[in-house]
Order: sequence, then structure tokens, then C-alpha cells
Amino acid sequence: MNALVSLLAVLSIVVIAFLGAGAGLEVLFGVVLPYAAILTFLVGFVLRIVKWAKSPVPFRIPTVAGQAKSLEWIKHQPLESPYTRRQVVLRMALEVLFFRSLFRNTKAELKGGPRLVYGADKALWLFGMIFHWSFLIIFIRHLRFFTEPVPALVTGVEWVDSFFDVGLPALFATSVLLLVSLSWLIGRRFLDPQVRYISQAADYFPLFLIFGIASTGVLLRHFAKTDVAGVKELGMGLLGFSPPNLGELGLSGLFYAHLLLVTALIAYFPLSKLMHLGGVFMSPTRNLANNNRAVRHVNPNPQPVQVHEFEHWKEEFKEEIAEAGYKLERD
Amino acid sequence: MAEDPTPTREELSRVEYAPPAKTWMDTGVDIPNRRGNWCYASDAKHPEYLGQPNAHDWAPQNEDWNLPENWQRIILDGMKERLEKYRSFRLFMDICVRCGACADKCHFYLGTGDPKNMPVLRAELLRSVYKRYFTKAGRMFGKLAGARDLTIDVLKEWYYYFYQCTECRRCSVFCPYGIDTADVTMIGRELLNLVGINIGWIMEPAANCYRTGNHLGVRPNTFKDNLDFAAEDLEDITGVHVDVPIDRKGAEVLVVVPSADYFANPHYFTFLGYLALFHEIGLDYTFSPFATEGGNFGLFLSHDMMKRLNAKIYFEARRLGVKWILGAECGHMWRVLHQYMDTMNGPADFLETPKSPVTGTVFTNAKATSTVHITEFTADLIRHDKLDLDKSRNDHLKVTFHDSCNPARAVGLLDEPRYIMKKVLNNFIEMPENTIREQTFCCGGGSGLGSDENMEARMRGGLPRANAVKYVKDEYGVNTLACICAIDKAVLPPLIDYWVGGVEVAGIHEFVGNALMMKGQNERLTDLRNEPIPHLQKREAEEEVKSDA
Repeated sequence: MNALVSLLAVLSIVVIAFLGAGAGLEVLFGVVLPYAAILTFLVGFVLRIVKWAKSPVPFRIPTVAGQAKSLEWIKHQPLESPYTRRQVVLRMALEVLFFRSLFRNTKAELKGGPRLVYGADKALWLFGMIFHWSFLIIFIRHLRFFTEPVPALVTGVEWVDSFFDVGLPALFATSVLLLVSLSWLIGRRFLDPQVRYISQAADYFPLFLIFGIASTGVLLRHFAKTDVAGVKELGMGLLGFSPPNLGELGLSGLFYAHLLLVTALIAYFPLSKLMHLGGVFMSPTRNLANNNRAVRHVNPNPQPVQVHEFEHWKEEFKEEIAEAGYKLERD
Repeated sequence: MAEDPTPTREELSRVEYAPPAKTWMDTGVDIPNRRGNWCYASDAKHPEYLGQPNAHDWAPQNEDWNLPENWQRIILDGMKERLEKYRSFRLFMDICVRCGACADKCHFYLGTGDPKNMPVLRAELLRSVYKRYFTKAGRMFGKLAGARDLTIDVLKEWYYYFYQCTECRRCSVFCPYGIDTADVTMIGRELLNLVGINIGWIMEPAANCYRTGNHLGVRPNTFKDNLDFAAEDLEDITGVHVDVPIDRKGAEVLVVVPSADYFANPHYFTFLGYLALFHEIGLDYTFSPFATEGGNFGLFLSHDMMKRLNAKIYFEARRLGVKWILGAECGHMWRVLHQYMDTMNGPADFLETPKSPVTGTVFTNAKATSTVHITEFTADLIRHDKLDLDKSRNDHLKVTFHDSCNPARAVGLLDEPRYIMKKVLNNFIEMPENTIREQTFCCGGGSGLGSDENMEARMRGGLPRANAVKYVKDEYGVNTLACICAIDKAVLPPLIDYWVGGVEVAGIHEFVGNALMMKGQNERLTDLRNEPIPHLQKREAEEEVKSDA
């Protein structure tokens, strides 16, 4: 049900784009919605971060995953239990760039006996890495449509990405990798009974959406080849706030489908779980040092609480205290 | 109330992992039929004594929980307040991608197969309500957006599953965003407590602790009796008389222990180990008659209750004029001392940076809280060769080590206890790597779930830990399971008896006390449990025969 609704939502975006482009609504799909989406993205992203930031971090609660800094001769694991800010930055960098926690993933299996066995399970990490890095590279490649002259970073990335030099225009490795990793990520949501059980529409929808974007993109490059110059004219125009006359560009319905899917992704982003992009940096179990006993963490809004006053306790147990012979002096 | 007997080992060995056909949103929890998996409600007098909101009598198996009329409003207001107060809570509600990496990391999931014990769904129980009332998508799309109305069935699920999480944080190690289910569970329990839903096994110790100073409700005179009694026992065993100072103003160190150490077995043998050690190195220390508990069941109820119960420790350190605090073997006590105490009840600017009076080592890692873990302290003593140890006195023990959740994943205290064990005993064997250190599995009874009426849940949740113990017992003949946590020492013995058998549970300082050669000691043919040390007895017998001849 969740998957079906998500799939239908993505398909209807494609249909709407085709119909709209055919019905002379190019300006809506080529200019108005992209601007609105980007505005939604920027405002939404900032608001969400601000909302998170407004909630304070009353306690320093890192999840420690290794030996803490302790006695000098005990080997400290700085990435697992960072003690300084530098070590926190390193831990975070490995987390954000290489998904280090996911790399630890294991699979538990209960065998007869009972006997629980644990094996390494790197598949989710591997396909997650392929997916995210491919997506980033494809994003960088697309900067070609928004820059003149095209920066060396973009042409460099393209050169590496088309290294295998298959087909004309050359097939980008990341195009294939993105589709393969997406297929795996979607597949496990259907095939793994546990993952299927926890999956919601919000999990299927972005996967289908990005799959739609990637497949229309491949079609535009290799099969129903689009007018790249026209696309660039639109990209530069949007960036310069002087969009071209879309009727004259004559971009295809397929192109508008690709664009509307991207537009939907951009607008959907700040409202969704995709905000893990920003959230991963703010997680108090990861971005704080485990130096709790060395450096005091201050709660910005400490709550006053009632405690059992010493004098009251003394009074309540005065007989027992006399029996024990405690002096209980105070200065 | 008749107690259902815990199912047999064979029954609990078969775990069904296939999720039900119905979605998790439509399957409530049938509490009356899950006896053995939940804890009894608290008698209203305990939350009343502690001034907790809406304290009332209720029972989990009853249809009607006697909730206050506006209970939904109370919970939603409480949720709003906590979303604004804790970034962790707000963030963890927003960023989960349901990748499922956490699912089989939870001991309760592994032992029950209940999908709502997957950390992701445990959090989703709260998240679904958060989405419904605090996000636009949830308000607009309802179920499709993973949002649910806050109904009594949802509340009952909260009670069942937030008291079937031991806040061990194992899932958090594997989560790509570090989402910490312990934090989610803590908030879940706080919200339940707002409408008077809480359990006796937590409320009564918390009330005891607030009143007397310790969870067990030991009064000041009995505290002294117990400590004196321990000193006598130690003298009987070792022939050495030790003083046990209480309320000694101007001592250098305040020693804080979990109350089970001077009350329960096998904790007591560890306590004897501390007393022997402190005597032998001539430590200038004192116990406090008021801060008679380092543990803190407030942690399992609410942030505020944790703060209230913890306040006495710095208070007593100041009153007694000590320079620093030495914290004994206890798991959740160390989560509080390490991650919360200074923030809640500090600054400890009246204390000094801890310095070992024996070795001169300065514990710079504790310069703010001035609180040192006893295994750090003892490891340093041994490293500097300050103890006369006879390892062979532990030769009758084949020991493996259970990393307690909080010292491992909140403190990062992993190699200190191992170093000590390697120096005080000859037979140390590690359990498999996926079950120790940061990946350690909970005992199944942490976070206030060590009661008897939920024995089935404890046995199920403890399966991964017990299974690893069984492995080293079968492969290497391990007969002793070491740990540095008072709850472990209480709940591991029945767990191991159920799943493994033939393995005793002990603290690190029991081994230290066994191996410690004391000035003026007797022949010491027994260990701290007053049980004969086989090879020493045999040697003694042989020598007698020789001298007779």
C-alpha cells in the first residue's frame, strides 16, 4: 500500500509533466515551479535547522564506541571516543563521508541450540555509499548546465566518470551505479521482511522519485537525446533570473518529466527524512566529545528540583543516627 | 495474582522473526496475555511520596488504567515541552530513514522476534504520535505519513515497549545518525509518568533512595551495622582487621558504592575486595551515611528524578571536605556520574583534580567532576606495582568479562577492568567479539527491569548475552562471569542458570581481594566467598603429610 501510493505519486508527476508540456504550460514547469521549489528548499532547510538548533543540548551524551581517554598507558581510541574537538571532527568526517557506523553493520542469526551467530553485513553500507556518492557526482556533473565556462571540477569529474568510454555520448559510470544501488535499496524494502514491515510511504517515495529522475536522465542522454544547448540556455537563464523563451527552445516532454521530478525532490527535501543530510551533523550522540569528566558541560536551562534536604533527613532518622553514633557535622 | 511460570528453555529457543501480516500501526499489544513480559504498576504511595504527577493505582492487565480525564492533553503538552528542551529528542524524531540497521542489534528483538522491539519501531511508537500532532505531513496525510492518533492502545504500547528496553544503547553504535533509543525510551517513560503510569520496580527504589539515601531503604544505623559486619567477615577470612570509616570529616576520598554492594550476593564479595584494598594501601577515605547509594533509579524514570537522587553525592563530598570521589563498580551509576552529575549538580569546584595518594598519578580525565572509577584507580595501582598480588589464588576461576552497557557505551571504560583481571588472575577468556566491548549485550534486566514478574522478558532479552557465555563455557570451561555493575550481579545469576548453568557471577574487586596479599594475614586457604581454594588446600594437606612424616 505504502509502496503503491508512492509509485503512483511518482508516475503521476511524470504524466503531469508530459501533459503540461504538451498543453503549453512550459513556463509553469520550466520556470515557476523550479523557482518555487528552490525557495521552498532554502527556506525549509534553514527553518528546520533553526528549529533543531533552538532546542538546546542539556546534556553531553555521546555514544562511546571504544576505549576512552584514561590513564596514559591505556591505548585511547580517539575516533570511537573522541576527547578533543579535532577528534570529534575526524569522527564526524568519517561518519558523513564514509558512513562509518553503517560499516560496522552485522547480521545476527539464531540457529538451533539455540546458538546466535553474527556475521559482517556490508551490503547496506556498500550500496548506501554507491548511491550517495553517485548522486553527489551526478549533481556536480549537472553544474555544466549552470556555468560558463564550465569549471575544471565539473569537467574533471566528467572525465573520470566516463573513463570506460563506452557508447556515444560516453556512458557515465555513476548513471549505472545510481540505478543499480537504487534498485538494491528498493529491492530490500520489498524482499527483506523486517525492512518491508518498517517501511512507510516516506521511505518508498524518495527512492521511486530518484529512480524516476535517474532513468529519465539516462533516457535523455542516450536514447531520446535532448537538446543539451537548449537545456543549458534554460539553466543559465534561471540562474541569472532571466529565463529564456521556452516555447522557442522546444524541449521535449521527457525533459519536462525529468525536470518536474527534480523539482518535486527539491521541494520535498526539507519536509522529509531526507533532512538527515543536515541532521547527521547535529546528532548529540556523535558530535560531542567524550570528555565529560574533564570538561564541564553546562545546561543552558537547568531545572531547579526538590531534593531531600540533609537537615530533614537528619531529623527523620535521628534515632537511627544516634544509634550509629554519627556526628554529621557541617561547617 | 498468580504468576505464570517462565516458559521452558526449549520454548524460548524458538523465536519467530517473521513479522505479522497486519501493519504495526494496527496491532496493539495484548497485555493480559503477555504475562511474564511486563512489570507491575507501582503502588501509588511511592509516586505520591515523590510528588509525581497524577499518581494513582492502576494495573497493566486491566482494561481501564484510571487515567486522568485529559491524559492526551497532558502527554502532548509534555511532548511539546521535551521537543523544545532536548535537541536529541527532536532530531531523533525527524531524521530516522528506517534503514533497519538497528533491527537485529537489540537483545530484546533477538530474544522475542517482536518487530516492535526493533529499535526503529520502538522509536516509531513515539514518532507516529509526534508526526500526527507536530508535523504538517502527519496532520494532512495521517497513516500514510506514518502518523497515528494518541489512543489508549498506543499508550499501552508505550508502556509495554518502553519498559521492554533496557536503555543499553547498543543500537546507537550501529545507527548512521547515532539515534539513541535510550534517549527515546527515557522521554517515553517521562511522558508515561506524567499521567501516573510507572512501574513498582523503579518507583519503590527511587522513593527509598530519596527518603533514606539508598534504593534498598537501608537506614543509617543498619548501614553502619552492615559495614561493620563486612569488616568482621573480612577479618574472619583474612585474619586482618580493617577499619571501615563512615562520616569521617577531612578524609581525602569519598567512596560511593551501589547499595547492593553492602546488602546482596554476589556484590558483597566485591565489597570485601574494596575494603581489603583500601586497608592495604592505607587509603584515607570515608563512606557517607547520607550518600549511601551511587546507583540512581531516577535515570530510569525522568531527568528530574535523576537529578534529585544524585544531588546528595556532591553535597556530602562538600560536607565531608574530601578532595575527590571514588566511584565503585556499578553500571548505570556510572552513566550518571560520567554524563550527568557535573552538569546537573556541579560545578564541583570545591573538589580537587583527583590524584592517587599511592602512585601520585593525576587523573586528568576526571579534572572537572573529580570522580574516578575504581577500576581506573586500581589499574593504576597495579601498573605502578603497588600491590602484592598472588595470581594463583584465583587459579580455580576461569573468567570471562561481560562489559556492562553503561561503562562501555557511556564511559568507554573497556581496558581498565581487563588490565586488572590479567594481573590478578591467570585464566581470562574473552567472549566472541560481537558480544563484548562497545558491542556488548545487555544482561536483560537493566534500566529498572530486574524484577521477577517480567522473568520471561528478562530471559528472552538476556539470550544473546547468555549465549556468548555458554560458548566460552563449552569451548574453554569458563566458570566465572565477571562484570562491573550491580544490576548485572543481581540479574545475571538467574539468567545464566536458565540458559547456561555452572557459571558464577563476580565483580572485578572480588578477584583483586582474592589475590591481594595483606600484611598480617592468616594462611588464607579460602577466597572471599569463604570457599576453599582447591590447589592451596591440597598443597597445605601435602605439606602436613610431609611434616608428619
